[in-house]
Amino acid sequence: MSEDKPQSTAEVVEKIVEAEEQRTVVRTQDVKKIYQMGEVEVHALRGVDLEIYAGEYLSIMGPSGSGKSTLFNMVGGLDKPSDGKVYIDEVDVAQLDAYELAWLRCRKIGYIFQSFNLIPVMTALENVTLPMVFAGLTSDESREKGMELLSKVGLADRHSHKPFELSGGQQQRVAVARALANDPTVVLADEPTGNLDLKTGTEIIELLRSMNETSGVTIISATHDHKMLSVSDRVVWIKDGRVDHIANRDELDIEVTQVEGEE
Amino acid sequence: MTTYSQLAGGREISLPFSKAIEISISNLRIRFGRSLITTSGVILAIAFLMSVWSNNAIIESLRAADSSEVNLLLQRKGIEIGLDASGAVSAEAQARMDEEASKQLWLISLSLLVCVVGIANAMLMSVTERFREIGTMKCLGALDSFIVKLFLLESTFQGSAGTAVGIAIGFLLTLLLALIDYGTHVFTYFPAAGLIRSAIAAMVVGTLLSLIGAMLPAWRAAKMEPVAAMRSDT
Ligand SMILES: Nc1ncnc2c1ncn2[C@@H]1O[C@H](COP(=O)(O)OP(=O)(O)OP(=O)(O)O)[C@@H](O)[C@H]1O
Ligand SMILES: [Mg+2]
Repeated sequence: MSEDKPQSTAEVVEKIVEAEEQRTVVRTQDVKKIYQMGEVEVHALRGVDLEIYAGEYLSIMGPSGSGKSTLFNMVGGLDKPSDGKVYIDEVDVAQLDAYELAWLRCRKIGYIFQSFNLIPVMTALENVTLPMVFAGLTSDESREKGMELLSKVGLADRHSHKPFELSGGQQQRVAVARALANDPTVVLADEPTGNLDLKTGTEIIELLRSMNETSGVTIISATHDHKMLSVSDRVVWIKDGRVDHIANRDELDIEVTQVEGEE
Repeated sequence: MTTYSQLAGGREISLPFSKAIEISISNLRIRFGRSLITTSGVILAIAFLMSVWSNNAIIESLRAADSSEVNLLLQRKGIEIGLDASGAVSAEAQARMDEEASKQLWLISLSLLVCVVGIANAMLMSVTERFREIGTMKCLGALDSFIVKLFLLESTFQGSAGTAVGIAIGFLLTLLLALIDYGTHVFTYFPAAGLIRSAIAAMVVGTLLSLIGAMLPAWRAAKMEPVAAMRSDT
């Protein structure tokens, strides 16, 4: 006992950091989702238990139709499970009313979409500042912060351009900036590279990773894209509505070679 | 277990009115072609309304003038002067005028109804077209009320612009026709106050119609699920 006592400050800090790293931001408990298609029931999720930790970069992988997007929508508070629970920051999403859900989406979660989904009538800067407007920032505050985010994604000089004047990769960069607008806890990206070519896709992935490293935001990304694997802290493999297995970073190299061998 | 009161401890979410106006105006600007089609319905209906009202006002004023020269012109156009020796309208003339008025009212109501349906239809199309945009806004934290606000504002702006144009067209056409029929007497007995009153009434009617026509579409838009933004098709 007494030997343990004299701890250096560095050790304490390290312990706190460790504890912080293990803080759970999203937790799913036996989540099931059944879509009723007329007579037929589609079991999109068959009971998923998952813990996602603060600050990690998590990829959800799996074949088409395995339920990635479905799980993703539950985790993002966009859809409610047929059964089971989703906790975001230890708050049960199912208990939230419309206002609380909007609040959650506005401040706790940033979304990135496969098809970018910028508002077509707004400039890059207006797109980035829209969530800040909802969150009650003044125009000056949001303008300043928006420009800062746009420069972080390397598009400060394009702030007055409309989405149709930007390339797909640039639009997705704006979307990344928009997702970070209100300093969310979690950024959710459903196939963020799905509409991009290899090189641009890689750039977006690297951008997400660097955002994850600099601001500590948790990133959850559903993807087919094996490029994602190398930047992920953990990969969750979904198969037929269930978690098949979860691979940590150190196990990933083997995984990648296996996957590539299969194809 | 965190309760929501803790969660909501931060600032609330809102969409300031000035920002909503800015967004809806840029929406209209970019979809100018579409707005023009929707607006043309409003323009036509209000032009018709305004022309009926201004015609009534001008005739009324000419009739009240009771100058023999004007009366002659009115009679030539088949308009009942209808004043007997005592200056009152004869019962027979009154009945004919009432019938005329109810026929007008029927036509006006019909055209306004068609106009509301047209607005509602165009707005619904616009909602369907923008499902992804609406879904995205909801993902960014928009409340149902923000979406309603945006669509109602958009329709109101579009409607009041159309109404203003309709009023101008209706009035000018009527004035032109009246000048052909009655010459400068129209100006001599110009019913300025009555016309201004009609214009204001028409403005209110047109704006209200646009608001009413947009209600169902705005509600539909607000009820759209945020997952709509995720759909990767189209
Ligand atoms: N809205 C819906 N209505 C009915 N069935 C649905 C709906 N959304 C998803 N599904 C079904 O749920 C299953 C899982 O779909 P999901 O979109 O989650 O797969 P995914 O892993 O994201 O696939 P992909 O990689 O192709 O995007 C599929 O069988 C799909 O047909
Ligand atoms: Mg998917």
